[in-house]
Amino acid sequence: MFGRGLRLLSILSVVLVTGAFALVFFYAPNDADQGFLQKIFYLHVPLAIVSLCGFVAGGVYAARFLRSGDRAHDLRSYVAIHMSLILAVATLVTGSIWARASWGHWWLWDEPTLVAFLIVFLLYACYQPLRFSIEDRDRQARYAAVFAVVAGAFVPINFLSVRFAQRATTHPRVLGQSDALPGPMLLTFLVSLLAMTVLYVTLCKYELTSKHASIRLAQLRRRLAGDDDLLALPRSAAPQEL
Amino acid sequence: MAQLPLGDSGPYVAAAYLVFLALILIYVAIMAAKLVRIERQVTELDELTARRAEERRAEREKVGSA
Repeated sequence: MFGRGLRLLSILSVVLVTGAFALVFFYAPNDADQGFLQKIFYLHVPLAIVSLCGFVAGGVYAARFLRSGDRAHDLRSYVAIHMSLILAVATLVTGSIWARASWGHWWLWDEPTLVAFLIVFLLYACYQPLRFSIEDRDRQARYAAVFAVVAGAFVPINFLSVRFAQRATTHPRVLGQSDALPGPMLLTFLVSLLAMTVLYVTLCKYELTSKHASIRLAQLRRRLAGDDDLLALPRSAAPQEL
Repeated sequence: MAQLPLGDSGPYVAAAYLVFLALILIYVAIMAAKLVRIERQVTELDELTARRAEERRAEREKVGSA
């Protein structure tokens, strides 16, 4: 069900990520201002974009679950948010490393872009504990979906409010400026963004396939065993039924 | 191959890319653990169905002999 096209996606991910890194280190010129350090840009920015889009995708799937009641959408929403959280951790760590090398600080609390991303990350860090705290499966799925829809709507609002803030920032703003990236840098960035997107979709598919297999196995086990002690599902943040 | 102009920033760039690589490797390790668990469950199911089939055969034989 979820595993269709996984092999092709896996091969595509490996090719694209390898190609993107090759472009980063052997094709894209060094930045005139930051030099070799700017290479982090091709990793950090695609990670941030894909993780934020993943959070929004989680909200969209949650809305579809609320409309249709289809548990597969709940599972998709859960996995989208789960994988986005992992990419968000990578975004925060790579950003901190870049900040340390560039500004001399691991973190700047008066920098709206950084703090806004941290708020989004912490908001979604509550998603799994929220799911885990609710034992009833239906309520868990419904409450988590409402959370994902509200938080998913918050992500673009948060992004735009920082973007349009009339304030001088230390954090560079490259996207949206016509002359910000010369041709080879733009090409490298776009390939990196595509690679990260395909990697994200592939990892989501892996997770979905794994979760789906576990759920179906548990259902099969309960049906075969027919024992009451096996009917009770262990408490989990992840969806346990389809 | 031309040497990369690493300078002082080389370790930072390497660290950022290694963090990404480490996260991917950790994820692969977690997926491997999940795969092992699924395999164990499949083995359990296999044993359960074999036991059921054995019980059914024994019952049929008992009914046949009676």
